[in-house]
Amino acid sequence: MKPIKKEDIQDIINRFANQNVYIHLETTNGAYAVHSGAKKTSAGAFIRNALVTYTEGKIVGNDPYRVGLKMDIGWIYAEGLTDWELDEKDRLLLAGHDEEGKLAVALQISTTPF
Amino acid sequence: MERHILIVLPHPDDEAFGVSGLISLNTQKGVPVTYACLTLGEMGRNLGNPFFATRETLPEIRKKELREACKACGISDLRMLGYRDKTLEFLDSERIADTIEEIIKEVNPSLVITFYPGHGVHPDHDATGEATIRAVKRIPKENRPTVYCKAITHDRVEKIGEHDVEFDVSEVLDKKIATLKAHRSQTEGLMGNLLQKIDDSDNEIIEWLRTEVYWTYKFDD
Repeated sequence: MKPIKKEDIQDIINRFANQNVYIHLETTNGAYAVHSGAKKTSAGAFIRNALVTYTEGKIVGNDPYRVGLKMDIGWIYAEGLTDWELDEKDRLLLAGHDEEGKLAVALQISTTPF
Repeated sequence: MERHILIVLPHPDDEAFGVSGLISLNTQKGVPVTYACLTLGEMGRNLGNPFFATRETLPEIRKKELREACKACGISDLRMLGYRDKTLEFLDSERIADTIEEIIKEVNPSLVITFYPGHGVHPDHDATGEATIRAVKRIPKENRPTVYCKAITHDRVEKIGEHDVEFDVSEVLDKKIATLKAHRSQTEGLMGNLLQKIDDSDNEIIEWLRTEVYWTYKFDD
């Protein structure tokens, strides 16, 4: 993965718009957040292979970045994104890594199931 | 001497931290060890530093690391059960127990090692411990293998008492460190620190590495 460049990501987000895409979205502060004393609760959410169509999407912010995808009847967004990759299967992988380099959030878009 | 040891843990690297010393002590004596590893740690938050994995490539990388780790501590029979990381607690525990029971019947272990249910901290640890205990409990009392559990909660002593089994694994420390190192994506940052502390003769760390403790599970029947 490499640090996000807004313009590159915006082009890819546009390319995936108005078609069926599979979304992977996760965020977590880690299963050990409470045990290690860092947090009062372990909080997170995870969805893999949600089949959606978004009509417009946008990347905003300035490292870390936010990405929002507008659907006809709803929204998807992620914040804290820092790194990206278009992998060999042409899937957009966006991730946010915390100060220790650990994954804190991921938003991934693909035309085929993950 | 054990007849056969079965390890049931959910994540590649779970075996490295608290069990690989005892495994190495046994494999070097020729005891066969089967490791049933339920997931590939797909949701691991460490992706290398600098990054060499993504959310999508991590499972393959961890599979390779797991094979390396098994080699390092002498495990010849590795079973990757194909569950997905961080989902075990949402599945029917009886069904997971079915899978584990099948392996128990096949390898006929004299000792099973897993997490102590409710004292694993990570939900997958607890779900694995619970399903393993269920599976062993289905075996008639007189034929059951011994079960050693790892308990890592802060309140473990208060809730379940002190551990009753302890092993000095000093003589296989090199194998234990090699096992930890094999899980590079997850332990690289930690290992630098750890090896430095060993060099500095940090007693607390050396003691932690040299001593493995377990709670023998006491069935209620």
